[in-house]
Amino acid sequence: MPITMLNGKDVHVNDEGFLTEFDDWDEGLAAVLAEQIGIDLTDAHWKVIRFLREDYRAQGETATTRRVHTVGGVPVKEQFALFPKKPGKKMSYIAGLPKPHGCV
Amino acid sequence: MQRLLVLGAGTAGTMVVNRLRSKLPVSEWTITVVDADDTHYYQPGFLFLPFGAYRPEQVVRPRRQSIKAGIELVTAEVDRVDPTADRVQLVGGRVLEYDYLVIATGTSPRPDQTPGMAEALWHESIHEFYTYEGAMALREKLRTWPGGRLVVHVTEMPIKCPVAPLEFTFLADAFFRENGLRDRVDITYVTPLEGAFTKPVSSAHLGDMLNKRGIGLEPDFVVERIDTDTSALVSYDEREVPFDLLVTVPVNMGADFVARSGLGDDLNYVHVDKQTFQSEKFDNIFALGDASDIPASKAGSVAHFAMDVFERNFLSLVRGEPMRAEFDGHANCFIESGRGKGMLIDFNYVTEPLPGTYPLPTVGPFSLLRETRVNHWGKLFFRWIYWNVLLPGRQLPVPARMSMAGKRHDAPAAPTPIAAKD
Repeated sequence: MPITMLNGKDVHVNDEGFLTEFDDWDEGLAAVLAEQIGIDLTDAHWKVIRFLREDYRAQGETATTRRVHTVGGVPVKEQFALFPKKPGKKMSYIAGLPKPHGCV
Repeated sequence: MQRLLVLGAGTAGTMVVNRLRSKLPVSEWTITVVDADDTHYYQPGFLFLPFGAYRPEQVVRPRRQSIKAGIELVTAEVDRVDPTADRVQLVGGRVLEYDYLVIATGTSPRPDQTPGMAEALWHESIHEFYTYEGAMALREKLRTWPGGRLVVHVTEMPIKCPVAPLEFTFLADAFFRENGLRDRVDITYVTPLEGAFTKPVSSAHLGDMLNKRGIGLEPDFVVERIDTDTSALVSYDEREVPFDLLVTVPVNMGADFVARSGLGDDLNYVHVDKQTFQSEKFDNIFALGDASDIPASKAGSVAHFAMDVFERNFLSLVRGEPMRAEFDGHANCFIESGRGKGMLIDFNYVTEPLPGTYPLPTVGPFSLLRETRVNHWGKLFFRWIYWNVLLPGRQLPVPARMSMAGKRHDAPAAPTPIAAKD
């Protein structure tokens, strides 16, 4: 797995640029990752990102858009407004987590 | 006496009871399997029914015909599992107690989960082919459909047999060509995925096959509702895809009793260890086949390969030994591509579908990710294998673990980092 320099520190990423180490991530890094895909983080974005981090810590896998809706309380429609076109992929990218399953 | 109870007598449930009946002594073990009815469908055949290629009687048999002597088949609906008391409550009041429980109740299409789907246009201009009734209704529709905009649609992943909607699309293209209608039919494939399929190499191959057939692709489309006044799919980001005939794969969900029993995730799949299929909460509960939440394809081949691992582990467990076999997520799927040809893909948790030959290097006889007649004959012959080899619990002459022998990694262009995309 390649290592890249982001926000002044070395982080492990896969070939799509997703972080591969849960503990490489911090909130400063999230802002940099978000900026790379053209997203300016607001409180509404942070609610989703923090839910994804906590849920991953408890479950060991990335929440799907369905789960962010049913458990995280953010409707799918709003997820699309916050993270246009590819919410599942974009949310997990910013949160430093693997892409959600369901893609098998 | 020890009691093994299996819920569901479909592909996984039938294989597991037949296999274990020959391993667990009748004097020490009872084996009971529960299903709501006595009708076993060969589900891969549903794909062919709408085009008139299979006769209905080729895809259906009584369940009891495939279940060995010494196994009790109970015909009833499951109300709930009480995992702390090792009991299963059936609808109608009967209670079954178990020492070990296997949940194999699969996954089902749920058109009621999408607004507008199972309403005024259902079985009129909106169809599905994942149930016998649905496939037969679509057969009637296609018999007289004059042409127009055909939209083939996947609602949400994961779905059972994730290649089937692509196969349906290829077969529809061939069907309309054969009937001289193709120039009057506009075909679009609409998917929540980023491309035609899930993993980069196969997605590129299958996307190219759509393109060559003049079939449009609408990726990243997550449907919010169907507008029944204008006959259009409407996505969460407010894109619309109008149709004259919609063939959709509705949201797939596990059985409702799984949720009532507190054993399911938000799609009613049972959370189990992906290598052993053992519930992480209850040591004596397992889930096999489509009912589990393992990150593998929901497909009969996965259930079959998983069965080897499960059988070894279960026999260890009941002897008081550790479970040492680990499942690698092996899947093997024929993809019917129309005009007498088919493809094959072979993959697991970590290796995506790659080109090459299967099961032997060079000689095959099957070709991976390439359309051949031999693959098509393999697909058709598989129906015989299903009834006569798989369900009775006999071994196929291919290893359960995926092998890299015969596979080529042609080093496709590395996926573009997400940052470079929109």
